[in-house]
Amino acid sequence: MFHQRIAILTPWFHRVINTWLWVAVAAIGLPAHASQQAPDAFMQQLSNELMEVVRKDPAVKSGDMQKLANLVDTRVLPNVNFQRMTASAVGPAWRKATPEQQKRLQEEFKMLLVRSYAGALSQAKDTQTIVVKGFKGSAEDNEVVVRSEIRGGNEPIPLDYRLEKNPDAPGGWLIYNFNILGVWLVDNYRTQFSQEINAKGVDGLIATLAERNKSNSRK
Amino acid sequence: MLRLTSTLRLCLAALLLALVGCASTSGGNPLDPFEATNRKIDAFNESVDQAVLKPVAKSYQDYTPNLLQTTVKNFFGNLRDMWSVVNNGLQLKPKETVETGARVVVNSTIGLYGLIDVGTHMGLQRHTADFGQTLGYWGMPAGPYVVLPLLGPSTARDTAALLVDRHGDPWGQINPVASRNQGIALRLVDKRAQFLGMDDRLNEVALDKYSFVRDAYLQKRRAEVRRGPPSDVDELEEKQ
Repeated sequence: MFHQRIAILTPWFHRVINTWLWVAVAAIGLPAHASQQAPDAFMQQLSNELMEVVRKDPAVKSGDMQKLANLVDTRVLPNVNFQRMTASAVGPAWRKATPEQQKRLQEEFKMLLVRSYAGALSQAKDTQTIVVKGFKGSAEDNEVVVRSEIRGGNEPIPLDYRLEKNPDAPGGWLIYNFNILGVWLVDNYRTQFSQEINAKGVDGLIATLAERNKSNSRK
Repeated sequence: MLRLTSTLRLCLAALLLALVGCASTSGGNPLDPFEATNRKIDAFNESVDQAVLKPVAKSYQDYTPNLLQTTVKNFFGNLRDMWSVVNNGLQLKPKETVETGARVVVNSTIGLYGLIDVGTHMGLQRHTADFGQTLGYWGMPAGPYVVLPLLGPSTARDTAALLVDRHGDPWGQINPVASRNQGIALRLVDKRAQFLGMDDRLNEVALDKYSFVRDAYLQKRRAEVRRGPPSDVDELEEKQ
């Protein structure tokens, strides 16, 4: 009798399980596919959003640093791998730093970069558009370089990004370096940071950054 | 501007070209073997800038009508475009040569001798090219970083190329000399005014302004000289 029960249940049970399994797989698979755009499509979308804000948001027009910094914090930073950026800029000393030092470095560097990015945004003009030109690498790569250009002035300004694939990120990709006019920002900071670390150590670097951020915010 | 005899110019050029091959260094940044001297010249430039150029540029920006500022910028931009056409041609870049050439034609005619930037309205983008870029494009290495008195960041190659750039500058042919010098001064002030915002930003975000500007300048220059789009971006990361 017991065997009969199972014999009846099994095929039906299988069908149900199979269906639910497929639904479950589809449910897990679908969002990942939906957000895993091609990296250039992702950058074009992000750039368009940013230019929209530049055109419409009064904070940008007013040049208010605090508001601009908030803007960068909410719109741009969720798409950035800040830990990687900081680790890359700090260089070999990062691995020797304590978790507390690493945390402080990240916070201060973030503040510094947000300020410089906000400053760049405040100089942006309504007539400018960002055109993404493509990316170096293939869709399967975990790291790519996306090339874009700021157009609308008399000369196109090259703007490139290094992206890493990250399914948890809102767009599926995170920025870990960017390049304007041929200058990779993280690389530029590497020299700055190593000079400070050589002279004053990691704590000295943290202190310098904190000091700079404080004086910047007073302006 | 110094009036150099042709012999003296040749000697200067030879000296600078010799510097290009000179890569020896005693520690420190291999791209900047003259760092100590460069820092001193940079400090001098900063003091002149703070004392004279920046306040003048600020007044220019604050008190000159925007239309006039735009006109000045357009005029000198057009003159520079003329030289860019020559250099784009020397680099055998058809698209850039034609587009910048079209700009010059349109701006000089419809744009009234370059006062109005009709070209940008028509979607013609400029592709700035100078002789240093041309030399680099054809394989001449940049050589050590040098900071020129009053002129600012450069490299050994680009400094030597400046002598040629001077000949390619249409404004250099203007007589009388007094008018020419006034134009040069105006161009300088106009240029400085365009960089006022960036300068403030630099002071905020650079920990050491000298090295920040140097590294940014060298990267930017490499990118300008490179053939086509930056395909070997990794090479840049390794070098740093």
